[in-house]
Amino acid sequence: MSDAIPPKTTGPLARLEARLAWGLLAPTIIAVALVVILPLLAIFWISVKPVSLADLRPPEVVLREDIRGDAEAAGDEANIRYRLRNSSQDQPILGVTFADTIPEGLTITDLDPRCTLADRQLRCDLGDWEGGFRENLMIPVTVGQAYLDNAQRPQDSQATVTGTASNVLTNDTFTLDNFRRVFDGQEFWSVLWITLFYTVFGTIGALVFGLFAALLLNKSFKGQGILRGLYLFPYVSPIIAVAFAWILLFDPFSGSANALLIQMGVTEESINFFGQRPLALIMVTVFEIWRYFPLSFLFILARMQSIDSDMYEAADMDGASPFQQFWALSVPQLLGILSVLFLLRFIWTFNKFDDIFLLTGGNAGTRTLTVNVYEQAFAVSNIGAGAAVAVVIFGCLLLFSAFFFRFISREEGL
Amino acid sequence: MKALRFGYVTAPLLGIFWTFVIATTVAVAMSFATGSAFRPFGLGSLVWGVVIGFASLPGPIWRPALAAVFAALASFWGFGPILIGDGVSALSVALGAVATAGFAALGLRIMLDDVEIGAISRHIFEAAVIKFLTGFGYIFFTAIVLIPFYVMVLTSLKNQAELIQNPLDFSIDLGQGWGLFRSYEELFTQFNFGTYLTNSFLISVLTVIITLLFAVPGAYAVARLRFKGRAAFSRSILLIYMVPMIVLALPIYIAFSMTGLRNSLAGIIMIYPVTTIPVALYMLQGYFRGLPAEVEEAGLMDGLSRLQVIWKITLPLSLPAMASVSLYVFMIAWNEFLLAFMLLDDPSKFTLTRGIASLNSSEIPRQHLMAGSVIATVPIMALFLGLERFMTKGLTAGSVKG
Repeated sequence: MSDAIPPKTTGPLARLEARLAWGLLAPTIIAVALVVILPLLAIFWISVKPVSLADLRPPEVVLREDIRGDAEAAGDEANIRYRLRNSSQDQPILGVTFADTIPEGLTITDLDPRCTLADRQLRCDLGDWEGGFRENLMIPVTVGQAYLDNAQRPQDSQATVTGTASNVLTNDTFTLDNFRRVFDGQEFWSVLWITLFYTVFGTIGALVFGLFAALLLNKSFKGQGILRGLYLFPYVSPIIAVAFAWILLFDPFSGSANALLIQMGVTEESINFFGQRPLALIMVTVFEIWRYFPLSFLFILARMQSIDSDMYEAADMDGASPFQQFWALSVPQLLGILSVLFLLRFIWTFNKFDDIFLLTGGNAGTRTLTVNVYEQAFAVSNIGAGAAVAVVIFGCLLLFSAFFFRFISREEGL
Repeated sequence: MKALRFGYVTAPLLGIFWTFVIATTVAVAMSFATGSAFRPFGLGSLVWGVVIGFASLPGPIWRPALAAVFAALASFWGFGPILIGDGVSALSVALGAVATAGFAALGLRIMLDDVEIGAISRHIFEAAVIKFLTGFGYIFFTAIVLIPFYVMVLTSLKNQAELIQNPLDFSIDLGQGWGLFRSYEELFTQFNFGTYLTNSFLISVLTVIITLLFAVPGAYAVARLRFKGRAAFSRSILLIYMVPMIVLALPIYIAFSMTGLRNSLAGIIMIYPVTTIPVALYMLQGYFRGLPAEVEEAGLMDGLSRLQVIWKITLPLSLPAMASVSLYVFMIAWNEFLLAFMLLDDPSKFTLTRGIASLNSSEIPRQHLMAGSVIATVPIMALFLGLERFMTKGLTAGSVKG
C-alpha cells in the first residue's frame, strides 16, 4: 500500500472554484473600484493641485452671432457680426477657430485676413487668446434677392468653435499650498481637538447609553418589542428630519426646550444651544449620542441574549448580588462586543459629516475635520484645500484601521 | 455603602429620588401637553418623597395610598412635589397632582417590595436600587426618544404665530378638521413633494435591487468558495465601509460636474448602490456561513451547478436575511442626505431629503419644514416597525458572531 500524498499544487477543481469565486466577485470589485478606489486616488491628485470651484468649468469660447445694418432690399450693405469672448478671466485658450455657414443670398465683400471662405463655409483662425479676451468680428456682406426670399438668417446656423484650454486638473502644475493652508496656524489644531472631543465623547456616550438601554430591555415582558422598536427610532429616521427637529426644539427664540427651562426656573434667559462655544460642541455630541445609542443598544442586547442564563442562576445560588453579577459575569462577557463597537463607532463618528453640518454648519466651535473638507471646498471654493483635508482624514483612518485590524482579529476571530 | 442598607435609609432616599423623577416627568409631560406652567418642586419632592417612601414599605396597602392622597392634596395648595402655576384649568391641575402622587407611590411600592424597616441584605438593597434605575431608565429613554418626534409632528400641525406665542403649547384645535393638515397639503400642491416622494421611493427600490444583484453572488463567493485572498477580501470589505462619505463626495462631485451626471437621477442611482454593497455583502456572507453546507453539497451531488445551487437552495433558505438586508439598504438610501445635497440642484429631481433641505429657509414657515420631515420619517418608520424583527436579527446576526 502506497502512502497517500496530499496534492501540492491546486487541482483543476480548485482552480475552477477560484475562477467562479472571482467571477462572482468581479461586478462588486469593479463597482467599488470605480466609486471608491478611483475617487480616493483622485483625492490625492487634487490635493496637490491649485483647483478652485470655478476651475471645474473649463474656459471656453462664447460666441454670439447676429446681422447688423439694413437688410431689407436686394443690394443693401450689412454686416454679420460675431461677438466672441473667453469665458475665463485668467485661463488662456489656444488655437481658437470657428466655422459657420453663410446663408444663401449673402455675398461677402471683404474677407478678414484670418478667414477663408469655401462654398459658403466660413472658417476663421483666431490664434491664441489670453484670459478675458474678447473680439468683435465684422464680415461685410451685400444682400441678394435669395436671402430675402428664404428665411435662413446668419444666427440660425450654429457656428462650431474649437480651441484647447489647459485644464488645471490635468495639467502639470503642482503645489503644496493646499497642505500649507490646512496645517497653517491655530485653526488646524483647534479643528483636530474638536474632532477628537466629538469622536471620543460621542463614542463613549453612545456605548454607555446603549448598554444602559440594553440592560433595561434584557428581560421579556409585555411591550418589550414595542419599546425596543421605539428606542431604535432615532437611528432609523432620516438624519435631516431629526436634525431639524432638534434645531427647532432648541431654538433660542421660540424653542420648546428653552421655554421649558425658563418655566422650570433652571435658567433666567434663553440659551443659544447651537450658537455659542462651548455649548454647541457639547450639544452636537449629545445629538450624536442620542442618534447612535440605538445601534450599540441593538448589538449589546443581541450579545446579552446569547449569554447562558444558567450562569446567573448559579451565581444567584452562591449569593452574588445583582451588581456583583453584573460586574463579574455580564461585563466580562460583553467586553468583546463593547470593544468592537467602540472601535467601529469611533471610526464612524470620526467620519460623521451630516449631523454637524445640519445642526450648526460647523459654526460656534463645532468644525470637525469632515466639516472642514466641505468648508474649504465649497464655502471657500478651494477644492484643492478641501482635498488636502480629506487626505489628512484618510491618513488618520488608515492609522485607526491598522489598529482596528490588529485588535479585532484577536477579539472576533475575523 | 453599608450605612445605606437599612430600610429606614433606603426607603426615604429612593423615595426622594423617585418622587423628584416623577414630578419632573409629569411637569414636562403636562407642559408639553397643555402649555401651562408646571414645574417640579425640590423641597416638596424632598418632604413628600420621605413620607411616601416610608409609607410604601411592605405593609397594608392603605398606607401608600393615604400618603399619595395627602401628597396630591398638598399639590393643590402649592406644597406638593409639583408646583402648578395660576390660571391652569382645574382638570389639568387635578391630573398633574394625582398623576405625580399616584405614580410616585405606585413605583415606590414596587421598588420597596422586599425592603424592611431595619437592616436589609445587600441582595435586597441592590434589587431595590435596580428597580429604581429600571424605572428611571424607561422614563428617561422614552422621553428623550419621543420628545423630538412629538415636537416634529405637532409643529407640523400648528402655525408659526401660535408657536412663537407659546413654544410649549402643543395643544391642537381638533375643530379645524382637515385644516390641521394644511402644511402637508401645501407641500404636495406647491412644493412638489409628490415628485420628491416618488423620486426617493424609486431610487431606494432601485438601490435595493442593484445592491442585492451585486452582493448576493459576492457574499456567496466569500462565504462558501475557497480561493486565494479570501481572508484579505473579507477584511477589505469592512475597510471600505470605513471610508468617509465626504472624502468620496468631493471627487464624485468633480467627476459628475465634468461629465454632466450631476443633477440627474441616473447619477444618483449609480452611486448609491456602491455605498451599500459592502455592508450588504458583509451582512449576507455572515448569514450564508451559518447555513448548513450539507444541503448545498447534496444539491451539487445531484447535479446542480453552483449558480443553480445559489438560486435554488441558498436564496430560498436566506429569505429572512435578504429581507433584513433589503430593509437596511432601503433605509440607507431613503435617508441619504449628503450626496443628494451635493449632486442635485434641479428641484424637479430632488429626493425627499434634498427637498426638505430646500425648505430650510427663513421665508418658508417652519411647520412646512416639520411636515416635510414627517413625510420623510413616516414611511421608513412604518416599514421598520412592521419588519422590526427581521431588522434586529439581520443586523446583529450578520455582523456579530457569538
